[in-house]
Amino acid sequence: MNREDMGVNIGRVERWLSLVAGGALAAYGLKRRQAPGGAAAIAGAALLYRGATGHCDVYQALGVNRAYGRANGNAFRGDGTGFIADLGSDTRAQLGGHRGIHVEESVTINRPISELYRFWRNFENLPQFMEHLKSVAMREEGISHWIAKGPAGMRVEWDARIINEVDNKVIGWQSLEGSMISTAGSVNFDEDAHGTRVTVHLQYNPPGGRAGAAIARIFGEEPNQTIREDLRRFKQLMEAGEIPTTEGQPSGRHARKTPKTA
Amino acid sequence: MKAVCWEGTSDVRVEDVPDPTILNPRDAVIRVTSTAICGSDLHLFDGFIPTMRAGDILGHEFMGIVEEVGSGVTNLKTGDRVIVPFPIACGRCFFCTHDLYSCCDNSNPNAWMAEKFYGYTAAGLFGYSHMLGGYAGGQAEYARVPFADVGPFKVPAHLSDEQVLFLTDVYPTGFMAAENCHIQSGDTVAVWGCGPVGQFAIRSAFMLGARRVIAIDTVPERLAMATEGGAEILDSMDPDVFYKLRATTGGIGPDSCIDAVGMEAHGPHIDYVYDKIKTMTYMATDRASALRQAIHSCRKGGTVSVPGVYGGFIDKFPFGAAMNKGLTIKTGQTHVHKYLPRLLRHIENGDIDPSFVVTHCVSLDDAPEMYETFRDKKDGCIKVVMKPH
Repeated sequence: MNREDMGVNIGRVERWLSLVAGGALAAYGLKRRQAPGGAAAIAGAALLYRGATGHCDVYQALGVNRAYGRANGNAFRGDGTGFIADLGSDTRAQLGGHRGIHVEESVTINRPISELYRFWRNFENLPQFMEHLKSVAMREEGISHWIAKGPAGMRVEWDARIINEVDNKVIGWQSLEGSMISTAGSVNFDEDAHGTRVTVHLQYNPPGGRAGAAIARIFGEEPNQTIREDLRRFKQLMEAGEIPTTEGQPSGRHARKTPKTA
Repeated sequence: MKAVCWEGTSDVRVEDVPDPTILNPRDAVIRVTSTAICGSDLHLFDGFIPTMRAGDILGHEFMGIVEEVGSGVTNLKTGDRVIVPFPIACGRCFFCTHDLYSCCDNSNPNAWMAEKFYGYTAAGLFGYSHMLGGYAGGQAEYARVPFADVGPFKVPAHLSDEQVLFLTDVYPTGFMAAENCHIQSGDTVAVWGCGPVGQFAIRSAFMLGARRVIAIDTVPERLAMATEGGAEILDSMDPDVFYKLRATTGGIGPDSCIDAVGMEAHGPHIDYVYDKIKTMTYMATDRASALRQAIHSCRKGGTVSVPGVYGGFIDKFPFGAAMNKGLTIKTGQTHVHKYLPRLLRHIENGDIDPSFVVTHCVSLDDAPEMYETFRDKKDGCIKVVMKPH
């Protein structure tokens, strides 16, 4: 995990609250010495960690940063680029810290931010470069229906909603409660000397938890590499207008068996 | 169609394969009129380049007539006569827009493979291993050319195939090797390897202001061709190359040194034997005696330019000499696209007629035999051109 992963993204008051509540919960849990108590102790430890480091994995996965100011019930982004709507998300509860899989990958694309942002914001475009997605359909405003090709030909579907959106800066989304898979992701767009830097955070609990992830890995769906290849295709599509391929080209492997000439 | 396929080390066959088709909007299909065997194809023939698969169509030096274009190609039409640069470049990424076409970000469908070897991928190449794209090559009757709106370069009808074919690779490669030397008027340039790239490097070095070029090889007809190009010559199997270079440059050493040999060097010294044993036992991938000698011989503050192809790891690399003498090392696959207008102008002006390197002009069917002839430097072979139709 790199330094950026560990960055502070929780506000000061919330950090103190985490520390106090975490300490209390841990003390309570350890005292009870029974199964529910163990769970409380673990939850307390997570809160303690959160408070001590100022870092929340779930916030990060959602593209949320609460380390800075807050006004009118909405949190402002630390860099002042806009606000984050709807902080009371249910997925946050489902996605516990290091339990799921967290991927961070970035790519630099030689195109203007606005063009990349616009393309990504229309989630229906994502299957063009995200190989594990079969389709994404936009439903009512902010809600989309995702269908992915799961491990072993299994179909995984969920609804997601946009929970964070700042024009030409960031898009964050998460699955709705009760979905087959609990997932959240964000994409950030930043100007860079070599173009636009696109950074994706993705967190998900695959079907069957860790076991599901192991299966996914066996089937070549290793999440980091998957996202990396997805972003490469996104770059190719945006820069070159097409994804390079050799599929369908001739080779001696498809030779009509005729006698060789020499 | 007929195509030259790599079937294994020292095993090249002409096979009947399906015709290529347009696969992407920016593709074109070219009817190949002339195609050459490159010295770097011999690295494939000899099994030195990883990630080749039996059945791969070879060839990255080819030209011909546009047969068909995809919907995204508007600057070419059926019937245009073009040469095709050997690196495949999208023309739009950071690297392409900075004239670093052979470092294109977007043309290698197997980028992940190259990343495992090199950290980052360079451009996809025609017929040059799966790690570098897995693209079918041009030693065939027809070839598919991706990003055809960027690569293929129209050539005038009054120039023969043999005059323009080498714009695809060896002429720009020799030219870039010389340009990378930052030659100052009056400089002395030493060139290891007098194959076609070395020959073009010699002539380009003079064109860029070198006063003397010293060519180092051991094959008589190649040395003779170097002499015709104005170079002085040394025998690469002579154990005294370093001392002779020092003596002839007043004790200074050549201002710049070009390694146009690459990973399968031969040499008279113990390091050659060492490389040979290491590579044969899979403990090293490249033999680098020419490169070591170039670094050792170069004057202080000089430049070592490396157009020769290397694939993996070199043992006993004299980095101490490079560091302590303050050398500049310049290398890379050629950014062919960048050089085409200028080099075509040189051909049209009559400054150079690249057809001088051709020693063999044969049919595509002769490919298996010609790979051997070229590798073994038999029959005075320096450059083979094949006619698929």
